[in-house]
Amino acid sequence: MPRHAVQPGGGARTQPAVSRILAFANVRLIDPATKLDSMGELVVADGLIADFGQNILPQQPPSHMTVVDGGGQVLAPALVDMRVQLREPGEEHKENMESGGAAAVAGGIGTMVQLPNTSPIIDDVSLVQFIERRSRTIGLADIRVYGAATKSLSGNELTEMGLMSEAGAVGFTDGERTIANALVMRRALSYAKTFGQLIVQHAEEPSLGTEAGMNEGEIATRLGVPGIPAAAEVIMIERDLRLVELTGGRYHAAHVSTAAAIEAIRQAKRRGLDVSCDTAPPYFALNETAVGDYRTFAKLSPPLRSEWDRRAVVEGLADGTIDAIASDHAPHDQDSKRLPFAQAAAGIIGLETLLPLTLELVHNKHLGLGQALAKLTCNPALRLGLAKGRLGRGASADLVLIDPDRPHRIDVAGFKSKSKNSPFDGRPTEGMALATLVGGRVVHAASGAPTALRELAASR
Amino acid sequence: MTARPEFRFPHRHLLGIEGLGPDEITGLIDLSESYVEQNRRPDKKGSVLRGRTQINLFFETSTRTSTSFELAGKRLGADVLNMAVASSAIKKGETLIDTAMTLNAMHPDVLVVRHPDSGAVKLLSEKVNCSVINAGDGTHEHPTQALLDALTIRRNKGRIGGLLVVICGDVAHSRVARSNIHLLNAMGARVRVVAPPTLLPAEIERLGVEAFTDMKKGLEGADIIMMLRLQTERMRGSFVPSIREYFHFFGLDYAKLALAKPDALIMHPGPMNRGVEIDSEVADDIDRSLIRQQVEMGVAVRMACLDMLSSRVAEPGRNQP
Repeated sequence: MPRHAVQPGGGARTQPAVSRILAFANVRLIDPATKLDSMGELVVADGLIADFGQNILPQQPPSHMTVVDGGGQVLAPALVDMRVQLREPGEEHKENMESGGAAAVAGGIGTMVQLPNTSPIIDDVSLVQFIERRSRTIGLADIRVYGAATKSLSGNELTEMGLMSEAGAVGFTDGERTIANALVMRRALSYAKTFGQLIVQHAEEPSLGTEAGMNEGEIATRLGVPGIPAAAEVIMIERDLRLVELTGGRYHAAHVSTAAAIEAIRQAKRRGLDVSCDTAPPYFALNETAVGDYRTFAKLSPPLRSEWDRRAVVEGLADGTIDAIASDHAPHDQDSKRLPFAQAAAGIIGLETLLPLTLELVHNKHLGLGQALAKLTCNPALRLGLAKGRLGRGASADLVLIDPDRPHRIDVAGFKSKSKNSPFDGRPTEGMALATLVGGRVVHAASGAPTALRELAASR
Repeated sequence: MTARPEFRFPHRHLLGIEGLGPDEITGLIDLSESYVEQNRRPDKKGSVLRGRTQINLFFETSTRTSTSFELAGKRLGADVLNMAVASSAIKKGETLIDTAMTLNAMHPDVLVVRHPDSGAVKLLSEKVNCSVINAGDGTHEHPTQALLDALTIRRNKGRIGGLLVVICGDVAHSRVARSNIHLLNAMGARVRVVAPPTLLPAEIERLGVEAFTDMKKGLEGADIIMMLRLQTERMRGSFVPSIREYFHFFGLDYAKLALAKPDALIMHPGPMNRGVEIDSEVADDIDRSLIRQQVEMGVAVRMACLDMLSSRVAEPGRNQP
């Protein structure tokens, strides 16, 4: 057998140390940006996508090319996760950029955008630069950052959005806090627009919500837990949409969870406003009953909603109202969760469950595979102005090899994330990332990945 | 003393009324009856819990409930320790679970726990080897209060099933209301709640009650009127415009009482805000008010609960760390 011949059903014999060109053969290429979905090949050279398509590999691959047989699995752009908390700087015992980076690539994520709610808060240029630098040093997923919209996330004074944009901030948000003051929001939308930047809102009318609570309704009443009405979300979104109309700003509603909010955004899009939104897997994969008997791993912000709202989220994803699915990764250590429900921190980890839970929508026939991947790749990238999330000749080779049908049981004990706060532990899923490439480097290869990729990952 | 009923409680803890069946509730009430009798004797001391250790762990200040539990334990012969945690460990940064683990290492047989957060007592119960009695958790449940209310009702009306019980006042912040709703429904009573809409929790009807915002309509035909304390300390923001207005529309006075059945009886879990939710004269009316009797029944019910849960302590390995 020739030295680099493709081995059916397996990897190729490789010499990673001398390989400079990596080629995938026998893969189902999916590029949601161009709606490409066909069997073919893809060549990575010098960290970039050199070419992709059908019959592009030479009959006799040159000695410096490693050809990987993809076994017919999906090769797509690596995922772009537009909402992640990494706890660095400040709370590295919960997560840091390195553990978060490892978790991301294990989940097929090549690029993620970190929220500014660290300690110190990312509200000036030096901290934006710090994140950029750390991301390059770590060399796993590409970590980008939102700057704080207001200084210290206080909701009062705007940050230096222009300077932070120059330093690499990809948008502005007050993270888990709502920009509640209408005048501040108006100015944030107007000012950020100057730099073409997005304002990302955690939409919850704060006077109707409470950090201690869960979705208002029968279960909250039964448990004696303060209720947060679904209306708290739509009230803030409706207000913001009026301000978008007033300012012409670019607006993105993060993790929408209610039918009413989704309908408001649907209407706003019809009116031609520059708005978008994302949701996160818990909002389509769970409902408020997951709180059960004060289960703090099901405490989120916004809270898990009613079954009716959950279905509306699925519908919003299917009809395109909801543009993106983000992991909403919120790592918390045991000490932050092993508390009475009212005192426990809100949020769950999500980097390593983003893809399998999103694929549930495909297996349940709510979304097509390309449609689901669009929400994880090109849609968030496009909205954030990132040259990511699509297959392009000359583009950075950020790729994910996916087995969309592989049965798997979620096991948080094996997760790369430092925190284990997930309500999905033990959930059976179908589909997972076999391997992830960032800038042409194989940064993750699961046990089921082709041998060549596992060797390349191990030799990093 | 009457013979101790041969009822065995199938649960390790008493965390709430929700989920208990009528037989279990009746069993506890029957056992309580026997302790009413013991408590009225000059020699009140028994020995059912001799050698057992009961710790009253109160993360929230309470005089009535903690005294009632203390007395109950002592009358059964237990060694009773009172810990007011609100003012000690928590302020030093200790978590609920740390406290639970520390106490667990001391091998108590029963923990009586009150906590300001709903669900906290359940969380604690998962971390200890002994039995846990919920003495009130946040706005969730206060099971011994509902049991003592049931005992009081049964002694005065001869039954619980079929009665119309109206629970009036700050339902939203009341763990007493929730426990009573579960118990009364389980026992076949008809339950109404009456409150201003700001003090009615969402979808309360789904707990099996009729909800009224007009007290006059709500009281019509009532056999029992349970008044609830206006819990100003639990309120964020303004739920009612003024005490004066609240009393006018939701305070129980003779005029409103006249709308209930002529033999309707009045209850209140205490402590009462006289002139806020209840007129002083009505509260002290010995023909209509069961409020003092409720306190007496409280001790008996708590003795029954302690007895019942502690009687399982002897199981092998139960109290091993």
